[in-house]
Amino acid sequence: MGKTSFVALLALCLMTGTAQAQISDGVIKIGVLNDQSGPYADITGPGSVVAARMAVEDFGATAKGMKVEIVFADHQNKPDVGSQIARQWYDAEKVDLIIDVPTSSIALAINQIAREKNKAFIVSGAATSDLTGKACSPNTIHWTYDTWALANGTGTAVVRTGGDTWFFLTADYAFGHALERDVEAVVQKSGGRVVGKVRHPFPTSDFSSFLLQAQASKAKIIGLANAGADTINAIKQGAEFGIAKGGQQFAGLLVFISDVHALGLEKAQGLVLTESFYWDQNDRTRAWSKRFAERHRGAMPTMVQAGVYSAVTHYLKAIDSLKGDDGPKVITRMKELPTDDPVFGKGTVRVDGRKVHPMYLFEVKKPAESKGPWDYYKLRATIPADQAFRPLDQGDCSLVKK
Amino acid sequence: MFGIPPQALFGQLLIGLINGSFYALLSLGLAVIFGLLNIINFAHGAQYMMGAFAAYFLLQYAGLGYGWALLIAPVIIGLLGMALERVTLKRLYHLDHLYGLLLTFGVALIIQGVFRYEFGSSGLPYPIPRALEGGKNLGFMFLPNYRAWVIVLSLVVCFGTWLVIERTRLGAYLRAATENPTLVRAFGINVPRMITLTYGFGVGLAALAGVLAAPIYQVNPLMGGDLIIVVFAVVVIGGMGSILGSIITGFTLGLVEGLTKVFYPEASNTVIFVIMAIVLLVRPTGLFGRAS
Repeated sequence: MGKTSFVALLALCLMTGTAQAQISDGVIKIGVLNDQSGPYADITGPGSVVAARMAVEDFGATAKGMKVEIVFADHQNKPDVGSQIARQWYDAEKVDLIIDVPTSSIALAINQIAREKNKAFIVSGAATSDLTGKACSPNTIHWTYDTWALANGTGTAVVRTGGDTWFFLTADYAFGHALERDVEAVVQKSGGRVVGKVRHPFPTSDFSSFLLQAQASKAKIIGLANAGADTINAIKQGAEFGIAKGGQQFAGLLVFISDVHALGLEKAQGLVLTESFYWDQNDRTRAWSKRFAERHRGAMPTMVQAGVYSAVTHYLKAIDSLKGDDGPKVITRMKELPTDDPVFGKGTVRVDGRKVHPMYLFEVKKPAESKGPWDYYKLRATIPADQAFRPLDQGDCSLVKK
Repeated sequence: MFGIPPQALFGQLLIGLINGSFYALLSLGLAVIFGLLNIINFAHGAQYMMGAFAAYFLLQYAGLGYGWALLIAPVIIGLLGMALERVTLKRLYHLDHLYGLLLTFGVALIIQGVFRYEFGSSGLPYPIPRALEGGKNLGFMFLPNYRAWVIVLSLVVCFGTWLVIERTRLGAYLRAATENPTLVRAFGINVPRMITLTYGFGVGLAALAGVLAAPIYQVNPLMGGDLIIVVFAVVVIGGMGSILGSIITGFTLGLVEGLTKVFYPEASNTVIFVIMAIVLLVRPTGLFGRAS
């Protein structure tokens, strides 16, 4: 072997050696973990996997020499199933990042596991604001929305328009409890009153008994601290029981565009809701959503699915700048770099793990105002990024210096 | 009573009765199938869901409204059920119950999976028929007309079925055929055809419940999967195969569940299973079951 070729070989070894030490096993493996088949499947589900794949393609990962692999699994909305998959992914299958994870109880469990295993975790689907509050972690970013932002958006708007007495129908698990707590705080702060609440099992298909209790309470507003199929059923049956005719109004505290699509505008019209993304906002969101719909059976993306796209884009950007995929290091770099993508525009990630961007208060159109399927929202207000989320010093997060 | 005004309690009892009528209709179909075929029909939930979807398709693509759906959907789904019985179930009668259970469970998973893939998990809207819109203020509650209709129809269907099976000649043949098929065949009765028709009837009942449910819930691929476990608990409490048992237990458990939703809503999806456990401890054959 000649001297030059020996040096070249040595150099090659060193180069690949460093590269391998940085990107674990040479592959960036992203695991999309969500509800693939149950009540939250249309909100997250296969659509989130499509969004993650699009992010990898649009980032040009292959052209940049990055090898990215996407895997996905169904946690069936069961914390034990979700935790078990997360452990297996992190430990045995060398997954570097777990993303999405609707159902707050599961997200909180994996938040712990990611910290234990020193891996990265980005939440798009789950809502509880505890993820950047008392449960905050250097390994976790909460991307799309949270219960505080929903309460701040919808709760405030409803109280301001005269809805000052509330009755809650709350999904009986971590998410429902957090949403109810955050909305209750907003209602009381704005001078309103909570006159009663019911905690219903998740999922519930028949709401008639709970609706009757809500009617008996005489509250002006029936706050739905639930999501997906539960919200759809509650609103649909509310119409049957004459909730609106009795002078009461629903406040859907977490309503996704897929829910509005399923309900139909006839039933959903007039609902006020808070989202961080709507496909028909500007040219970039329209173009991206159209590409998404082509790959997702014609369905427009929910904010959770858009959030997965945005988050994976930023994750890859951080890895590209770091040239490594060590969990907490990437998360730290993600907090240092500003975010920018076609769905959420420009934004930042706060030290407590909260991704910050504007939130939008939408109203569901009347059937006559809509030009066709998926033309559902009109914008009522934009909540600027610095007001949309809980102030950094109020979350009780240990990562925030006091 | 317990801090709840009696008027509100009446309302809740009525609501319980409405939900109970779904339990009764579904568990009745299961009881008929188990009592006469000895098949534990796990596909019942999927067939209920298909009934709701049939109503949706009839409205969407054939312009046939709710009234027609009530008649046609059970027939279509019943015929599909009979095809299933002819092709697969028939081969399992000489084997243990477990095989029928596994087969129908597998069929249910496949059907549910296909529908979910095709239509998503949020479901499709189905309107309440115009004639049954609105409701009446009963003083203690607002009763939607549609819900009143559900109670009436399911009571008629349940007791009609019970009458046919327990009090008519046809019912006597059916019961005889389950006891001793060979002997009944010796009298010149086509037993396999009767069994196929019975399965079709049981499945048709599930589809009828599906059509009834369509305007209340979303037409949702998961609607059967959520309900079937509860309905099985109802059947077990009532006594496997007991027709009257399944009807009475269905309505009663609807009431019990309704009351739980008032006093301790968090437990409303477990209360039926608690009752099931207690009943199984005290009377392993169920409340109305006979020891075999």
